[in-house]
Amino acid sequence: MQERVTAHKSALDAHVREIVEWHFNPETGCPFWLDFAAKAGWDPRKEIHCYEDLDKFGFFEDEKLRGGPVRQWVPKGLAHLPTYIFETGGSTGVPKSRVQMNDFRTDYEMFSHTLPDEAFPKGADWLMVGPSGPRRLRLAVEHLAQYRGGICFMIDLDPRWVVKLLKWGEFDMAERYKQHVVDQALTLLKAHDNIQCMFTTPKLLEAMCEKVNLRKLGIKGIFCGGTEMTPQFHRFAVEEMLDGIYFAPTYGNTLMGLATHKAPTKEDNWAIIYYPPTPRAVLEVVEPDNPTKVVPYGATGRVRLTTLTKETFVPRFLERDECEREAPCDQYPWDGVRNVRPFQKLGTNVVVGVY
Amino acid sequence: MRHLPVLRQGRPYYSVDRARAVHHRTKEPFVEISQANVGLIRRDFLQLEDVAGMMAGFTSEELVKLCAKAAEHFAGDTLPLGEGTQSADEYVEATSATTGLPHNMVRRNQAKIQGVLANMAGVLRGLTRNLDLAILDRGYGEAAGAVVSYFRRTDSLGVVLPSNSPGVHSLWAPAFALKTPLVLKPGGQEPWTPYRMIQAFIKAGAPPEAFSYYPTDHAGAGEILRRCGRGMVFGDVSTTKVWARDPRVEVHGPGWSKVVIGEDMIDRWPEFIDVIAASIAENSGRSCVNASGVWVPRHGRAIAQALAEKLAKIQPRAADDPEAAIAPFADANVARRMNQMIDGLLSEQGATDVSAEAGRGERLAEREGCAYLLPTIVWCESPAHPAANKEFLFPYASVVETPIPTMPEILGPTLVLTAITEDKKFQQRLLAAQHIGRLNFGPIKTIQIVWDQPHEGNLFDHLYARRAFQSALEPVGA
Repeated sequence: MQERVTAHKSALDAHVREIVEWHFNPETGCPFWLDFAAKAGWDPRKEIHCYEDLDKFGFFEDEKLRGGPVRQWVPKGLAHLPTYIFETGGSTGVPKSRVQMNDFRTDYEMFSHTLPDEAFPKGADWLMVGPSGPRRLRLAVEHLAQYRGGICFMIDLDPRWVVKLLKWGEFDMAERYKQHVVDQALTLLKAHDNIQCMFTTPKLLEAMCEKVNLRKLGIKGIFCGGTEMTPQFHRFAVEEMLDGIYFAPTYGNTLMGLATHKAPTKEDNWAIIYYPPTPRAVLEVVEPDNPTKVVPYGATGRVRLTTLTKETFVPRFLERDECEREAPCDQYPWDGVRNVRPFQKLGTNVVVGVY
Repeated sequence: MRHLPVLRQGRPYYSVDRARAVHHRTKEPFVEISQANVGLIRRDFLQLEDVAGMMAGFTSEELVKLCAKAAEHFAGDTLPLGEGTQSADEYVEATSATTGLPHNMVRRNQAKIQGVLANMAGVLRGLTRNLDLAILDRGYGEAAGAVVSYFRRTDSLGVVLPSNSPGVHSLWAPAFALKTPLVLKPGGQEPWTPYRMIQAFIKAGAPPEAFSYYPTDHAGAGEILRRCGRGMVFGDVSTTKVWARDPRVEVHGPGWSKVVIGEDMIDRWPEFIDVIAASIAENSGRSCVNASGVWVPRHGRAIAQALAEKLAKIQPRAADDPEAAIAPFADANVARRMNQMIDGLLSEQGATDVSAEAGRGERLAEREGCAYLLPTIVWCESPAHPAANKEFLFPYASVVETPIPTMPEILGPTLVLTAITEDKKFQQRLLAAQHIGRLNFGPIKTIQIVWDQPHEGNLFDHLYARRAFQSALEPVGA
């Protein structure tokens, strides 16, 4: 294992050098990072040699992603490609956004290879019951379905409306909206026999399973994500809701892409353990009061993300999540994260898990 | 460490998510409590209609007898607790450990619950205004010469419970005798009493399915209240305001209970000091029926002084001391914040902490790892002072002078009002007031509850409704 970890680390360092070269080369980099380098007084291409060197950038503030101009994030080397803009989930006000060309396809093709074919059959159709509109998930899941030879059926879901309803105390209306979404999903499921795979969120999955047995409607695999999942939810889903349907919990967001789960073992006690799509994204668990320092394995800390693709360079971004640091495993010879949940110390009243 | 499971219609369920309650003195984890996820609660609700149907198969008489048996089991037996058991004494110790209530207060609350269960027939007589309970079994009948028919409004009563005092659990207990399945969300520091009551009911022969016990988070509590046809919620204003306009939910917030002395009796005020002091301080001032205000036409400063001197004798003692009369806060930070809040109120001119001058010492007392707020009597020169008409989770009362003609309007919402007056006109005004929940005439402690006289809502009216009914098939009274 140690050899694999070491080999992975060497590959990561090489990837870091390649990505930094790309983003800080005047021919290929994006205006934001080129401007940063011009003002920083140091040349990242000369001073960044390995992953640890990225500390020199300090912490990335995601407020920079709120508002425009969004073209400051488009790398010159990719400017000839069609560009997408994806926005964060349920936030209101001016949203944070990320431009992309192909990253969402690449991420979900990589993720596709982690899915078992017996649960997510090639050629089977999918149903996407999650946030739609300007969210990356909407296109990404459709691409995943197509990549696996399927067609993706869709419903509309506007999480910002749900957030507003909850802030207004309109709980009944939020519930009715959820049922509206669920009713659409179940109508599609009953009408199309070849839908065998589904993406949905924890709350919508619960709501659907209160009404029907998804296995009897032909579902074989569920890819679940979008909001926090607890170990108890994981257990409850497997033991009581899914009747043997394969359950693939994931952790992801617009900035990172998505992290895949490790197959659960009895020793994990239903913990949900994720591994990021390294080297394209690295997740670390750091001390909340000293986020330059990674905590020991098993210890709790704040999630720190570094995104390293040719489309997006985001070093040292402190997520609004906390978790335990997980050691590398056979399948993934790099650090993972266990039981991700909202970061308690922020103490802000964030409405999460609304859909 | 002890572990309290979720009870899913009586069936223990050990969750992966667990919360811990700490010992109030040592701050060491004392008990682990399984937490129910929202989806689990929602899923269980799918079966509640069947449970309600099963409960309808019992006669009221059978259920009242079960309550009497449960009273004995609750008060004296060793009952299941998770994978172990708990004796009556262990119940007292455990409740004291996580809530801070001294043993003697837990025992008094224990006796109160036992009394309600043992006297369920009387409690139901009060709630139903002496209705023949066989009418509930049959669905219709004749009462006082009139044909009546009642139906249950709900398949379950959801109750979001507090941690302040075990006595509140006597409020939901009659729902069982009224054939209504219970869905309980215990308070984080007081999971013991509802769990033990459920075990006592089950040992008495009650169907376990009638009892769901879901320790859960804020979202889970909301789900219980939204899903149950009828609910009760306990808590402060911030907790309960969401439900204040929902007629399905009975809100038990702050009581702002008070004592008033009429013009006719005010010169005899020294005779009433013991009753007023007990109204303020019994049960460590934690109940909504504890008085937090004393409103008088004159002699206010002297009354405040006398109360302060009497209550200054209450000082921290060990939890198992039979003389213990005040409970520490389970969370010392809550006490510190509350103390700062009171200091802030008193910083405005026109109010005095009389207890500070009467030998109490510092209001915030920290002893052996525990934080206490000692009895505090505040003299307010005006009813408009921000320290007047405030309620805290310890013996706190403001003494306010106001002319009798301004009452009762100036009192504001008042759960229990003890009016010491024989002035018939004043009594009539009080009787007509819409913002007084329970009215005592004469020197009766505000905390003295008669269980066949409900305050803060009538559980029978909450759970049952009357319909018009005629039958051409047989005589209704048959």
